[in-house]
Amino acid sequence: MAKTKKEISWDLSPAPESTGHATIDKRYDLFIDGKFVPPSTKKYFKTINPATEESLSEIALAGEKDVDKAVKAARKAYDTTWSKISAAERGKYIYRIARLIQERAREFAVIESLDGGKPIRESRDVDVPLAAAHFFYHAGWADKLDYAFANSSPTSIGVVGQIIPWNFPLLMAAWKLAPALACGNTVVLKPAETTSLTALKLAELIRDAGLPDGVVNIITGAGETGKALVNHDDVDKIAFTGSTEVGKMIRRSLAGTSTRLTLELGGKAANIVFEDAAIDQAVEGIVNGIYFNQGHVCCAGSRLFVEENVANEVIRKLKHRMNQLIVGDPMDKNTDVGAINSKGQLHTIEKYLKAGEKDGFEMYQSQVAVPKKGYWCRPTLFTNVSQSSVISKEEIFGPVLAMQTFRTIDEVIDKANNTPYGLSAGVWTDKGSKIFNLTSRLKAGIVWANTFNKFDPTSPFGGYKESGFGREGGIHGLSAYLNLQG
Amino acid sequence: MALNMIDLTTLEGKDTEGKVRQLCHKAAHLHHGLPDLPNVAAVCVYPTFVKLAKSLVADRGIKVASVATAFPSGQSFLKFKLDETKEAVAEGADEIDMVISRGRFHQGDYNFVFDEISAVKEACGTARLKVILETGEIGNLDAVYFASQIAIAAGADFIKTSTGKISPAATMPVTLVMLEAIRDHYYQTGKMVGMKPAGGISNAKLALHYLIMVKETLGEAWLTNEWFRFGASSLANDLLKQLVKQDTGIYQSANYFALD
Repeated sequence: MAKTKKEISWDLSPAPESTGHATIDKRYDLFIDGKFVPPSTKKYFKTINPATEESLSEIALAGEKDVDKAVKAARKAYDTTWSKISAAERGKYIYRIARLIQERAREFAVIESLDGGKPIRESRDVDVPLAAAHFFYHAGWADKLDYAFANSSPTSIGVVGQIIPWNFPLLMAAWKLAPALACGNTVVLKPAETTSLTALKLAELIRDAGLPDGVVNIITGAGETGKALVNHDDVDKIAFTGSTEVGKMIRRSLAGTSTRLTLELGGKAANIVFEDAAIDQAVEGIVNGIYFNQGHVCCAGSRLFVEENVANEVIRKLKHRMNQLIVGDPMDKNTDVGAINSKGQLHTIEKYLKAGEKDGFEMYQSQVAVPKKGYWCRPTLFTNVSQSSVISKEEIFGPVLAMQTFRTIDEVIDKANNTPYGLSAGVWTDKGSKIFNLTSRLKAGIVWANTFNKFDPTSPFGGYKESGFGREGGIHGLSAYLNLQG
Repeated sequence: MALNMIDLTTLEGKDTEGKVRQLCHKAAHLHHGLPDLPNVAAVCVYPTFVKLAKSLVADRGIKVASVATAFPSGQSFLKFKLDETKEAVAEGADEIDMVISRGRFHQGDYNFVFDEISAVKEACGTARLKVILETGEIGNLDAVYFASQIAIAAGADFIKTSTGKISPAATMPVTLVMLEAIRDHYYQTGKMVGMKPAGGISNAKLALHYLIMVKETLGEAWLTNEWFRFGASSLANDLLKQLVKQDTGIYQSANYFALD
């Protein structure tokens, strides 16, 4: 580190995580009834590393027949084994999955970053440990459901169809699978088509854990596959995490059926900074809120509200901090912001950047260099944005922050709630009474005070309004996978 | 490079001329196996050894820093503190490391703390003043930030975390808050103030963490010994150990590095 004669460079050297210990097969089939089987469509699609645009593997495209096969396998497993064995036994299997995830944590982290473009630091420190934590937490509940829901005689629902997004592939699989299994249901899970790999590795792990055949089935494909799963008449419940647009479609197609539904959809969270906040800490929270995982976070703090008398200070510090963020190779341990998940998503983000500029708002992007190949978007800040603009109304799902100022508490609450979404919000102030005032008046499923993007399996997560309904995590999350009496 | 940001220090009741001589020799000859090494930034001693130290290191381009103002407690009368400071400067000290009156700070007597620092600054003349907050006695990060503001406003050239006599000494959170105070002052006035974390930074890897923190908070302009110092003597040997390893590929035992 200390060079004697040579010119001193203060830039960080590359620190790439090795990919040697992660094995990715050339081709992945569908995981149905405990085995990997080729799809009836005989079709496979490529999964791309968004940081290099290179193909990583080929993934089976499940057709209607395959979906039917998977649902039948889940039904059989439900009828013959999973609903018959004791709750304590169920718990043991789930514990085993949790432990195996921990054992293979590095492999999962590496593949998650290769396939999805998120920085290895995040997949290693957030996604994978939290996924394991969800299995551990729910394993504990398996034989204690009667205590969680006293006098309600909780019973399992049956076969659950689950569809998950591409922003936290393994973690979302864990959020879905762990409570469903703990409550005694069997599952057909469909990961997003751009990020199927860790779900398929999880299928291998579940097979290795010796879970009875058919309890967990993982089928891959795009929208059509999901549609077939939603419309299958032997599925008792659908749990979906993804865009509000698709959520609405699912709800329409399930109208009038007895299929139960929970939806965790989009968001446009308000992150509110008061003048009495610890400003530097708030700036860290703003950065974490919107640039974490390239802003591909449904609860991202994408609308920043700053009290007007500290706005200049916040902007200056935020810009300074944005320039410290390293954008680039997701496998580098120093990287803060990785690759945008797909070409399509990058186009969507760029469309919003243009819209913001066209509206005449000030756009600031950090000055960092980005690689030539791959899909990249520099951390972006729009200032002097108006409440009526597209960029402060619609979910961008990228590292783009729209900032407004406010003058009074009532004003900021009105503006924060003035959105069709209601998933999360953040409040930054050193005054406790302000926090309690806002937490009770903000219409959001989660309100963070002096922190942002904190997740824990014990804490229920879910939305108001068009951000969906149903909760995941905690006791509330369990009830979404149970029939309760009275 | 981190080596020339070090203030090589001996501040013990049992310090003697012999001890100071040895320290000064090491300051200018860090390791016999690596002849091209830079020197440390300064040696830091008690006022009574300033003259001796100055005579030993001045021609090597190494500064002499002296603690003053009833170090480490600061519990004495202002006139003695000022005399001590003037005396140390007269003996040749290039830099003065003073302590603030933490008791007065806790009493809320901020004007006293401010006035005392500016009086000492005046007594320093051209010598640069480092103001030790002794963060281990300050209590919380908000108070550390406030104490930093007072010290900077009163004329500190450097703010420094600790005397090394109180635990905890320098920590990363405390240092970050002080760096933020320096940055905020720079934003408001365009004037730079130096930073010296002291005590507890004993290995190269941790030193690197601090340097990255300085780079990311303040920028590369601060990454010279004019604006950043480590108050840590044991750090030198670990840095030397890493340098020897870089040259030879082998870690040497501690026996190969001089203890001073």
